[in-house]
Amino acid sequence: MSAAAPKEEGGLHAPARASHEDAGHSHGNNHTPVFTGERRRQLDELLTRYPNKMAGLLPALWMAQDAQGWVSDAAMEEIAGLLELTPAYVKGVVTFYTMYHQHPVGRHFVQVCTTSPCGVCGAEEVAKAFLKHTGCGELGVTSPDGKYTVIEVECLGACGFATPVMINEDFIESVTPERVPEILAKLR
Amino acid sequence: MGYPHKSHPRETPVLSKHFGDPEARTLAGWRQRGGYRALEQALGMAPADIVNVVKESGLRGRGGAGFPTGLKWSFMKPGDGKPHYLCCNADESEPGTFKDREIMRWTPHALIEGCALGAHAIGAETAYIYIRGEFTEPLRVMEAAVREAYRDGLLGKNAMSSGKRVDVHVHKGAGAYICGEETALMNSLEGRRGNPRIKPPFPAVSGLFGQPTTINNVETLAAVPHILTNGAQWYKEMSLSSPKSTGSKLFSVCGNIRKPGNYEVTMGFPFKEFLYDLCGGPLPGRKFKAIIPGGSSVPIQTVEEAEATLMDYEGFVAGGTMLGSGGVIVFDDSQCMVKQIARLARFYAHESCAQCTQCREGTAWTTRILERIENGDGVMDDLDTLMEIGENMTGKTICVLSDSCATPVFSGLQKWRHEFEAHIKQKRCPMRSAVAA
Repeated sequence: MSAAAPKEEGGLHAPARASHEDAGHSHGNNHTPVFTGERRRQLDELLTRYPNKMAGLLPALWMAQDAQGWVSDAAMEEIAGLLELTPAYVKGVVTFYTMYHQHPVGRHFVQVCTTSPCGVCGAEEVAKAFLKHTGCGELGVTSPDGKYTVIEVECLGACGFATPVMINEDFIESVTPERVPEILAKLR
Repeated sequence: MGYPHKSHPRETPVLSKHFGDPEARTLAGWRQRGGYRALEQALGMAPADIVNVVKESGLRGRGGAGFPTGLKWSFMKPGDGKPHYLCCNADESEPGTFKDREIMRWTPHALIEGCALGAHAIGAETAYIYIRGEFTEPLRVMEAAVREAYRDGLLGKNAMSSGKRVDVHVHKGAGAYICGEETALMNSLEGRRGNPRIKPPFPAVSGLFGQPTTINNVETLAAVPHILTNGAQWYKEMSLSSPKSTGSKLFSVCGNIRKPGNYEVTMGFPFKEFLYDLCGGPLPGRKFKAIIPGGSSVPIQTVEEAEATLMDYEGFVAGGTMLGSGGVIVFDDSQCMVKQIARLARFYAHESCAQCTQCREGTAWTTRILERIENGDGVMDDLDTLMEIGENMTGKTICVLSDSCATPVFSGLQKWRHEFEAHIKQKRCPMRSAVAA
C-alpha cells in the first residue's frame, strides 16, 4: 500500500516532498494525449462495465500512468474531459491514492514493505540495502541517473514472505539485504 | 498441495487444497477439479433457496467482522425493481493478512465461481472484484481467469446457458488501506476518494451507485461453492468447538515464527498446537512474547493468553481478542513492544483518510507520543495521555480505523506497561541497548 514520505516534517499527514522539481514536468501544451487509438478503444470498452462514466476514473488514471510513467496535471485534465468531471475533482481523487505518481519517478520504482510483520523480520535493513546499491541515498529521492526511486511502503499484503518488495509491476518475495545486488543486476 | 509449504496433516484443506498447483489456475484445470459444478447447480435454483443453504451452513464473513453471510444476503430484497450489485472485497490490506492473495493467485476460478453464485443469490447481474493495486500478480491471474470464463460462456448474458446474466469485473485499487472498509471501497469503485460513508443507510439499502449492494470478502465467497456442493450440514459439522463458528478458516501466519505462511484449519482448533505443531514454534533460541491473532486491528495477546485460546470467533473473544481476518502476527522475545506498537500506530496514522477529527489527529498524536517514548524522550504523563487519546478515538468515528489504532495501545499499556515505564525511566529503549551490547 501507500508510500511513506521520507521525512514528515509537517506532521504525519503532510504531503510527500516533491523530489523532482526539475525532472521534466509536462504541463499544458507539451501534453501528448493518452487516450487515442487503441487506448481510447480500451477506455470505451472499460466504461461499458459501469453504469456511469465516473466509475472509470481509477482505471483511466492507471492507463495514463502506465502510458506516461506518472499522472500529470495535463493527463488529469484530459481524463476529466473524457469522463465529464472537473480537473479539480480528478486531482482530488488522485491525491487520495498513494500509487498514482504526481511527479515523475525513477525508471525502476522500488517499494519496500516495512510495516510491523516485515519490520520484525528485518525490512529496514532491506530498505537500506536498496538505498545503498541504487545510489539513491535517501528514501523518496530519485538516483542521479534517473534509474531508481526507493520508498518504504505500508503493508504490501505478503507478510508471510518477508520482506516483499515491488519494483514497478514485479512483486518479489522474501527479499534479504544480501539478495539486493542480484535483484538490481537483473534490471535494465 | 499447500503453499508455501505442503499442507500439514492436521490442516483441513478446503480452500487451500490446490494452492501451489499451477494447473488449478486454468479453467480446464479447475473444471477437472470439480469447478463450476456448484455454479451450474445454483443457476438452476431459486435465489432464496441458495440463501437458505448458506444461512443453514453457519458461514460467517471472513474479512474481519464475522457477520453471518446468509443473513447478509437475505437483506437484499428480490423484485424491488432496482439493479443489485455484489462487491467482492479483495483489498486485503490488514497487516498480517495474506490469505485472499493466495486464493486469487492459485485458485482464481474459485473466486469467480463464488462471485457469480453470490450475485445470482442476491439478484445481482453484476459483481465487481475490487483488488488492491499492489496485488499485481493476483490482478493478472484474476483478469486472465475472468477472460477465460467469458470465453467459455460461464459469465455473460447467458451464463452457463442458464438464460441468466452474470457479469464479473475486476477493478484495480490504487493504494489506500481504508478502501478495505466496505463503504470506502464502494466510493473508490465509483471513482471517488475512498472515504467511508456514514451508516445508515447500509449497503443493502443504498450501496454501490446508490443501489442495493452486498459486499463479501474473498474467502467468504470462495467458500460458498463448497457449501452448495457438499451441503450445509457438511460445513456445520466442521467445527471443533462453538456451534456458532463453522467451517474451515485460513490463517495467515507471519513475524517471528519458524514456518510463516497460510494454514487452513477447522474452526475451534487449539491455538497452542497451531503455533507450535503446524507453524513450527519460535525461531531457534527464541520464545514467543506476543501474538496478534486476527490482523493488526485486534487486541494483542500475551503468549499465555494465546496458548489457552481456541481458534474460532467465540474462542478469540474469550481470549480477550478477536478472530478478525485471521492474520496471525507473532512477536518473539527479541522485540520491544513499545517499538512494535509505535510502528502499528504509524501505519494507522499513515492510512487515516483524515475525514474524522478523532482519527486524523488521534492517530498522528498517538504515533508521535509512542515514538517519543521509544526514543527515550517520554514522560510518565504520556501514558495517561495515550489512554485518554485512545478513549477519544474509540467508538466516535465513521469507521473503525481510529479504534484499530487505539486497540494495540490499550493492549500494550495493559500487558507490557513495564516496558513503557522502563523506556521513560531509563530514557532509552532497554531492548535496543541490549542488542547493541
